[in-house]
Amino acid sequence: MSETTYLAVSASTTRTLTLTLFVVLVGVTLAITIWASRQTKSAADFYAGGRTFTGFQNGMAIGGDYMSAASFLGIAGIIALNGYDGFLYSIGFLVAWLVALLLVAELMRNSGRYTMSDVLAFRMRQAPVRTAGSLSTVVVSIFYLLAQMVGAGALVALLLGIKPGDTFLGMSAETAKIVTIALIGVLMIVYVTVGGMKGTTYVQIVKAFMLMLGALLLTVLVFVHFKFNLSSLLGEAAAKSGRTPTDAFLEPGLRYGREFAGNATATLVSKLDLISLGLALVLGTAGLPHILIRFYTVPSAKVARKSVVWAIGIIGVFYLMTLALGFGAAALVGRAAILGQDPGGNTAAPQLAEQLGKQYFGGDFGGSLLLAVIAAVAFATILAVVAGLTLASSSSLAHDLYANVIKRGQTDERQEVVVARYSAFVIGAVAIVLGIFARNLNVAFLVALAFAIAASANLPAILFSLFWKKFNTRGATWGIYAGLIAAVGIVLMSPIAWGGVSGARTPATLTAAQAKTCGVPQTSKEVSNASALFSCTTAAPIPLENPGLISIPIGFLFAFLGALSSKERDPDKFAELEARSLTGAGAQ
Amino acid sequence: MSTETPVPEDTDVNRYVEVARTPEFDALRRALRRFVFPVSIAFLLWYALYVLLSAYARDFMSTKVVGHINIALIFGLLQFVSTFLIAWLYTRYADRNVDPLADDLRAKIEGGKETE
Repeated sequence: MSETTYLAVSASTTRTLTLTLFVVLVGVTLAITIWASRQTKSAADFYAGGRTFTGFQNGMAIGGDYMSAASFLGIAGIIALNGYDGFLYSIGFLVAWLVALLLVAELMRNSGRYTMSDVLAFRMRQAPVRTAGSLSTVVVSIFYLLAQMVGAGALVALLLGIKPGDTFLGMSAETAKIVTIALIGVLMIVYVTVGGMKGTTYVQIVKAFMLMLGALLLTVLVFVHFKFNLSSLLGEAAAKSGRTPTDAFLEPGLRYGREFAGNATATLVSKLDLISLGLALVLGTAGLPHILIRFYTVPSAKVARKSVVWAIGIIGVFYLMTLALGFGAAALVGRAAILGQDPGGNTAAPQLAEQLGKQYFGGDFGGSLLLAVIAAVAFATILAVVAGLTLASSSSLAHDLYANVIKRGQTDERQEVVVARYSAFVIGAVAIVLGIFARNLNVAFLVALAFAIAASANLPAILFSLFWKKFNTRGATWGIYAGLIAAVGIVLMSPIAWGGVSGARTPATLTAAQAKTCGVPQTSKEVSNASALFSCTTAAPIPLENPGLISIPIGFLFAFLGALSSKERDPDKFAELEARSLTGAGAQ
Repeated sequence: MSTETPVPEDTDVNRYVEVARTPEFDALRRALRRFVFPVSIAFLLWYALYVLLSAYARDFMSTKVVGHINIALIFGLLQFVSTFLIAWLYTRYADRNVDPLADDLRAKIEGGKETE
């Protein structure tokens, strides 16, 4: 029945087209990287792209850096399967940019040079603050990287139509995943070590163009199909959602903040989880190191402001289009076909592309073509994001840890850039190895965790540094370490790690495969989360999946108490920071 | 600046500190904070309202307005509208009320010298 086997209809045509586009894309981005490398001479070129990008260019690059595969494929998939609740993600991801625009971007641009810790350490003791900032930068970036790389491995195997047991160019699905993860790792190392910030930025700009055009094309086709009637799109999506009543699909509550009849604890925990996620999304963005370093690539604070406004426009329009993609996939592809391809729904957007291509571009070949285009967009999306993450963490290792902690500032910038390139290599290698080990784990939670750490560890230190006169070394280090440990610690004690049933966690319906993995009979009522990292049957000590609700207040509280408990005050240095951050005097 | 650049001579640092303690600088700080603090609190509360309604006011959120379009969707779209609006208002405000003050003070600090 061809209706339920999208992606496999004309698998060989699709594979050929997809692979061709992948190769073209890799060729183009490598050419850009080599071109950029010729213009990368100084440390400011390597870390900050020479600070010559325009507001529009940097706005596009921010969009390219920020909108990950989790945004594009993940949110479209959540909407396609769970309806309205995917929209909650989009809104959090967008509103968050106001924190960056109003409180962080310009002040950061004026008072730092290359890394997040430049601003944190400005008026404090360099070594402890930069060590903490660097650790948090690397942890956030590695988690985010892992989510992207593992996702990419699974995705490419799916997009090329390699099912378990099937082979492609002599590779099984497992081998294809490993090859993909390694290939993406190698590419990101090349982009960063060869092209530096300039190369990375252009890769992100290209990706943003591709992503916007791809999403726009699909959105227009969806609306053409529904004769530009939003209500009938929603109605059709709800009707095909398999939910009762069908309108529940258009309302909040199918995935987050669920209500469990007769179980007040489970209901409460699920609602708190929703609030916790919302908090981490809205406060995390302005603490993501790979986003923060983008503000250094423009000549002034005013251009930084413009670039964030551009980014808000681009990201906002994109998330509006994900509504059309998600509901369009629900209506035109259907729940069964989406679930049949990937239980997580990550292929909803590519499946929609194939369906629309068939309908509007002349049958099977059109379907394969549009599918291949969207697959290439997804691949570009992943490449741009991983390059940004690798650059952020290697910059921090070289500039914060090596130059300012180990060498105590006694090094020249040439040496620093050499170290940054080695660091990119190491970060890339670590990410490849971890990605290969984690390739079959459910790592989608890592993106939300990266946002939670950014909000709990980085944001309190950034805001207090910029706005609070009494803030000091102990405040910064306590805040960063407490926020980091709390966010990671809570996840390690959460249902993500321990899947057992408890008062707050209801039993899940197990598939045969899940029951086998967990070592329980399929009828067992002991398992709540079958993809838990450590155990399916032990109950989690903390029932929340999203740590933000607890860890963000902990981060702010420890930053506050740490600062008050230390006698270190330097009003002159704060006056200088204020003068620099508000006026832009002395900024490079 | 970070320590790998030699700390600027005392005169330079003093210029920053001096200017930071002038009434003109207070005016700049006030001009910025007068906008960004209240607006930040406002949009965070507006967002919190949306999240809380999504969690606790399901019946209200699922009220249909036109066809299949319900309050939840409109509320979500309004979050987009308010975000775009605030970004535009802030740009306008900063161009008119903050940048001129900042530019004057920057010139005063740098005093015709070349920047670092």
